[in-house]
Amino acid sequence: MEEPSKIVIKNLTKVFYKKESRVTALDRMTTTIKDGEFVCLVGPSGCGKTTLLRILAGLEKASTGSYQIVPSGKDRPLQSMVFQEKGVIPWLTVKENVAFGLKMRKLPKSIIQERTDYYLKKTGLNESASLYPKELSGGMKQRVSIARAFANDPEILLMDEPFAALDEQNKFILQEELLAIWTETKKTVLFITHSIDEALLLADRILLMSAQPGKIASEIQVHLPRPRTMEQVRADQGAAAAFMEIRKHLQDEVQASRE
Amino acid sequence: MKKTAVRFDPFKVEQEEWKRQQRKERYKKALTICSPIFVLLLWEFLSRTALIDPRFFPPPFEILKTFLAMGMSGELFSHIWISLYRIFAGFLLGVIPGVIIGLLMGLYSPVRHFISPLVMALMPIPTLALLPLIIILFGIGDMSKVVTIAGSVFFPVVINTAAGVLNIDAIYLDVAKNYGAGSKEYFFKIALPGSLPVMLEGIQMGQAIALLTIVAAEMMGATSGIGYLIWTSYKAFLLKEMFVGLILISFFGYLFSLGLRMLQKKLIPWR
Repeated sequence: MEEPSKIVIKNLTKVFYKKESRVTALDRMTTTIKDGEFVCLVGPSGCGKTTLLRILAGLEKASTGSYQIVPSGKDRPLQSMVFQEKGVIPWLTVKENVAFGLKMRKLPKSIIQERTDYYLKKTGLNESASLYPKELSGGMKQRVSIARAFANDPEILLMDEPFAALDEQNKFILQEELLAIWTETKKTVLFITHSIDEALLLADRILLMSAQPGKIASEIQVHLPRPRTMEQVRADQGAAAAFMEIRKHLQDEVQASRE
Repeated sequence: MKKTAVRFDPFKVEQEEWKRQQRKERYKKALTICSPIFVLLLWEFLSRTALIDPRFFPPPFEILKTFLAMGMSGELFSHIWISLYRIFAGFLLGVIPGVIIGLLMGLYSPVRHFISPLVMALMPIPTLALLPLIIILFGIGDMSKVVTIAGSVFFPVVINTAAGVLNIDAIYLDVAKNYGAGSKEYFFKIALPGSLPVMLEGIQMGQAIALLTIVAAEMMGATSGIGYLIWTSYKAFLLKEMFVGLILISFFGYLFSLGLRMLQKKLIPWR
């Protein structure tokens, strides 16, 4: 059975124009992401991954081309973003941060309370609900960011290297927690990462991007059964081959951009 | 025997170290408290022994006696009240428009581009240099002093408030936009709290300037206030009375700073 499309991207192009330079960050990018799919975007630095995410997040305008996030008909925001490390607002408490999107949408207090509490508990933050972010570790801060996005119950989730700044152990824990919440909600996720292991652990499909101008070079289906663990990823033949393929692609891209 | 035991128990070693740290902290605190007392005692000694001229630097104890005598007569308090009233009124009259215009400048770039050259051009002009003009416009009553203080307080507040808004990390703007904050929510949830720390620094600065200004403003064209007291005492060579005025200003400056620091802690608990 084929899942319906959730994100349809057609010929999306973004050029950064300045007096001295014109950079094509995205070049006629076209792809479709299915409902409930977890897609990782992997590519060399400066390949336009973040630009793509920012366009989908409504933070940047595409130069030409179009995209559509297919609404489900329920009262949901189109998308919510989990930002890199510093996205938690320091003058709001953990709870206020998690409730931020819901409050902005002016939902009834009881619903805000209920959803906030649910995701605080889910991410293990209920003990820290009234603390300010300065009192949290890096891992806890990213949990706040994730809880805020899920509590907002958007059509799709956008994640921009949410675990990049964490240490290895915390990263493993948060990846597992993210997978657990995702399995429960079955949200469509577009996730940027530099880590091949992370992509293999999380994704249904990995989109490989080429360096400037950014476009999709190839894609890899990850067939590992869920729920996954890092051990499975490491033990699986197919995953090992995929790892090498992605690694070679990234190295070739970096080499090519050097020459 | 005891010494070796201490040496080999790691907890004891660290406990000793911790105690040493605590002693150091206490010592530093004592230094902070001692320094003004030390200076006063030194002053008292030098003045009593006439190593410094007691006519110009009367001993602090004598100043205290003068203070009490002036307090008894009730005249001193009327000067204090009138000055405090002018300081507060001028301070508020400078801070409130400063904050409002500063926020508008920070939030709307056309406003910023229109107003900032005016602020930059007017800021270097000392309000005190305009005092004759202000007296002509507002008379020699309270209003001219209030306006002078307001004029001096306004600039650090407006500049810091605008800077406070502009220095908010761009990522919080992204978060607000991504989660659908309207302009009202953006103002109350992001711009106002985000600019508060820098804004309060500006208000703190404005407070110090208000005190500097009141004394000078009351020296010219005034018939009351602490500045007037300082000036007339000086002209009559009543230096003890003059020092009472100076020390009062220093005392209120300290008190206001303390109050604003406390307010700062209350308003920005997330720092």
